[in-house]
Amino acid sequence: MNLLRELLASLQDFLARAGAMTRFFGRLLLLSPAGVVRPRLIVEQVYNAGALSLVIIMTSGLFVGMVMGLQGHDLLQRIGSEDSLGTGAALTLLKELGPVVTALLFAGRAGTALASEIGLMRATDQLSAMEIMAVDPMRRVILPRFLGGVISMPLLTGIFVMVSIFGVQLIGVQFFGIDQGQFWSQMRSAVELEDVREGLIKGLVFGVACSLIAVFEGYNAESTAEGVGRATTRTVVISSVATLVLDYIVTAILL
Amino acid sequence: MRQSRAIDVSTGLFVLLGIAAIIFLVTQISNREISLRDDSYRVRAQFENIGGLKEGAPVSMAGVKIGRVETIRFDMDLFKAVVTMRIDGHYDRIPNDSDASIFTAGLLGGQYIGISPGGSEEYLHNGDQVEFVQDAIVLENLISKYLFSQAGKESKSEAPAPQE
Repeated sequence: MNLLRELLASLQDFLARAGAMTRFFGRLLLLSPAGVVRPRLIVEQVYNAGALSLVIIMTSGLFVGMVMGLQGHDLLQRIGSEDSLGTGAALTLLKELGPVVTALLFAGRAGTALASEIGLMRATDQLSAMEIMAVDPMRRVILPRFLGGVISMPLLTGIFVMVSIFGVQLIGVQFFGIDQGQFWSQMRSAVELEDVREGLIKGLVFGVACSLIAVFEGYNAESTAEGVGRATTRTVVISSVATLVLDYIVTAILL
Repeated sequence: MRQSRAIDVSTGLFVLLGIAAIIFLVTQISNREISLRDDSYRVRAQFENIGGLKEGAPVSMAGVKIGRVETIRFDMDLFKAVVTMRIDGHYDRIPNDSDASIFTAGLLGGQYIGISPGGSEEYLHNGDQVEFVQDAIVLENLISKYLFSQAGKESKSEAPAPQE
């Protein structure tokens, strides 16, 4: 009986959070046109979320690509069609692996930074101070960070996929000696513009989700050191799960 | 001031790199070429059966790609598939009695349209129709034809003794 009550309470808790987040998202969307008025703030956040994530994205992309080269070559060799390594790798990376891994890295690198920064602002009463000075923290702090993340994610996805395709090529062509022409021409003839579009749409959707979760968790963090830590953890956990669930939904819609 | 300039520069670099990556994916990885000047022209062809031909499939002449299949639709009056092909502008001297056939690349590859030139002095222009066509070969039809002809042969060869 006790267990049931706890279960119900946590369900209620979950629903309340989902509702609050939806309302938060609505407010951000309504404010979004106002973000254009101060592009300077957004540029700073594109730098924080995007440019600073570049190193981790490119390094991970290279190694993901190289592993795909090794594994893909081993797999395709068994059925005797190493030449289609490029096609398989490019489609996998564009449609699935690229956006998802980028989003997970983004949640870990940029999402946590956002959540802890905003959470600390909340804990040190900077947000309340702004309100007292008649500066809307939603406009001044939250919106630029949200938009910066949304702008950065598709770009990071593109960079990740490009670097990992070079990683695949490095292993497949330079190391295993697959014919360079076969590799590129087969890839080019099999990959459609729609596949690229699917990847970028996913990048955008994950960007919206991960940025929203990060700023929401930071904004609603408890005003204690523990609270900030918890908000950061929640950001990573919820972003990762949301990315994987959304990935299924977006794929089901687009396919 | 110096710091904010450094931020601007690296943000700009990041955005440029991102856009370059997306352009790379669109033009180098996918099979859609983006040409700045578009002088291509369209021709139509009617097929009884297009098999597995898809929009975006290549149109080739002597194995060289000269264009793409742009649209495929079904004509309710003719009960035929009308295929519109977009041919590159610099292949502008294709005889108008050329014929278009649907071939399969490799054993299980995708299907494409092959154009073999005719002997006419007149050339195809935008909006023209290719009159001579050959439909896609459907493997099932081929197999059933072969089986039926085999069955026919057997019943014939049973009656008289085979002559060597």
